[in-house]
Amino acid sequence: MATLTAVRPAFGGFSFDNCKRNAVLEVEASKVGCSVPAARKTGTTICGVVFKDGVVLGADTRATEGMIVADKNCSKIHYISPNIYCCGAGTAADTEMTTQLISSNLELHSLSTGRLPRVATANRMLKQMLFRYQGYIGAALVLGGVDCNGPHLYSIYPHGSTDKLPYVTMGSGSLAAMAVFEDRYKPDMEEDAAKQLVRDAIAAGIFNDLGSGSNIDLCVITKSKVNYIRPHDEANKKGVRVTELEALKLTGDYKYKRGTTGVLTKAVTPIDLELLEESVQTMDTS
Amino acid sequence: MLEEAAPEWLSEEVKTGTTIIGIEYDGGVVLGSDSRVSAGETVVNRVMNKLSPLHDKIYCALSGSAADAQTMAEIVNYQLDVHSIEIGEDPQVRSAATLVRNISYKYREELSAHLIVAGWDRRNGGQVFATMKGLLTRQPFAVGGSGSSYVYGFVDAEYRRGMSKQECQQFVVNTLSLAMNRDGSSGGVAYIVTIDEHGTEEKVILGNQLPTFFDQ
Repeated sequence: MATLTAVRPAFGGFSFDNCKRNAVLEVEASKVGCSVPAARKTGTTICGVVFKDGVVLGADTRATEGMIVADKNCSKIHYISPNIYCCGAGTAADTEMTTQLISSNLELHSLSTGRLPRVATANRMLKQMLFRYQGYIGAALVLGGVDCNGPHLYSIYPHGSTDKLPYVTMGSGSLAAMAVFEDRYKPDMEEDAAKQLVRDAIAAGIFNDLGSGSNIDLCVITKSKVNYIRPHDEANKKGVRVTELEALKLTGDYKYKRGTTGVLTKAVTPIDLELLEESVQTMDTS
Repeated sequence: MLEEAAPEWLSEEVKTGTTIIGIEYDGGVVLGSDSRVSAGETVVNRVMNKLSPLHDKIYCALSGSAADAQTMAEIVNYQLDVHSIEIGEDPQVRSAATLVRNISYKYREELSAHLIVAGWDRRNGGQVFATMKGLLTRQPFAVGGSGSSYVYGFVDAEYRRGMSKQECQQFVVNTLSLAMNRDGSSGGVAYIVTIDEHGTEEKVILGNQLPTFFDQ
């Protein structure tokens, strides 16, 4: 007897099949005496400091996918408005989308008020959105800018709490960077001293944290201008560049000078090739 | 594809493990708090002022989850602004405490923050209200936060009715100092706010200026 079975098309939404598989695997693994591999931590180092005329924001440029570096030179300092920039740590997609959304809303707000946006406004918008999502949007941000009331720096956590401070660090390398700040921060620094301090803080994160690396990006915001320096410092140089003209080559130079390795013996064997056949094939170029 | 899974402490909620205290005297109130904000084992802000203004002469002290407490204080600040414009005069402390209580009761399952509301108004002078989990009660003094457990004995023994403003301020500073010594989640500096009919006075007492006790 023939039976008719209707194939139900897959509904939209999430599929939790892998979760069931993982649960089974965990049980099976523990039966044999093995353990499921632990989740690997990845991260970032971002920081900011308020100086005499404005704020300096800094970030490393490594984006990791598990233990592999997915992007050696990604940009973690995002544009919010002409006078406000925001560094993002945590889930890369969340920081990217959140900052773009608030940047767009802030531009509309600024057109409506007819004024340059204030850092406190951006802070409020970001914290209210992150609180609404109860921490499920994994975006930890360092927000800095200069407005009519002077330079301001905020740190914003994924659950929606914010702190207004003269120097802040975020990300897995934040403890290393904060150590540098706590040692050398002084109020009302000059621009060069502030840039050097932020560079050193990010370098501390890069060298002492596995999740941070590659280059150091800086963003200096003052009343009159914004200086987005990317990269400010290449903390780890790979090889030596061939020449300045060939600077387009992003790989290092792996050629060694003749004489680097000592030569013991040299034997040259010419290989004679006999011409057997020669044929011509016309190429159709019509 | 470009994913960075957040490090452990990032996903841990930022808590203001804290010591907060409010005490009333004849003519005003004194509010005090420590300044430590922790996320797991890390201190993320060592100078946070947990005494948040709700209105000119009404302050609240924050404890519990930093995000929840900050958000509640900001919402009540906005609601009190509207309310005081509607009634055309300064709001009562009881109104501010009721607004806080309404939010903590309605969202008691979702929120984990405890605010102590204290201030001065013309009708009833200085008042302190505790609003944990949706309760509203007026008390001569109130302590809250993780550090409060260590000082219940001290405050119960040392509190006397009819203390003067200076005695109240000293009482608050002593309590905060003792709690900050014993509680790992409290520390930093001490913030004191004194509110009376003449105005609001904010003071910071740095770590090395706090009173010391037998073991220091």
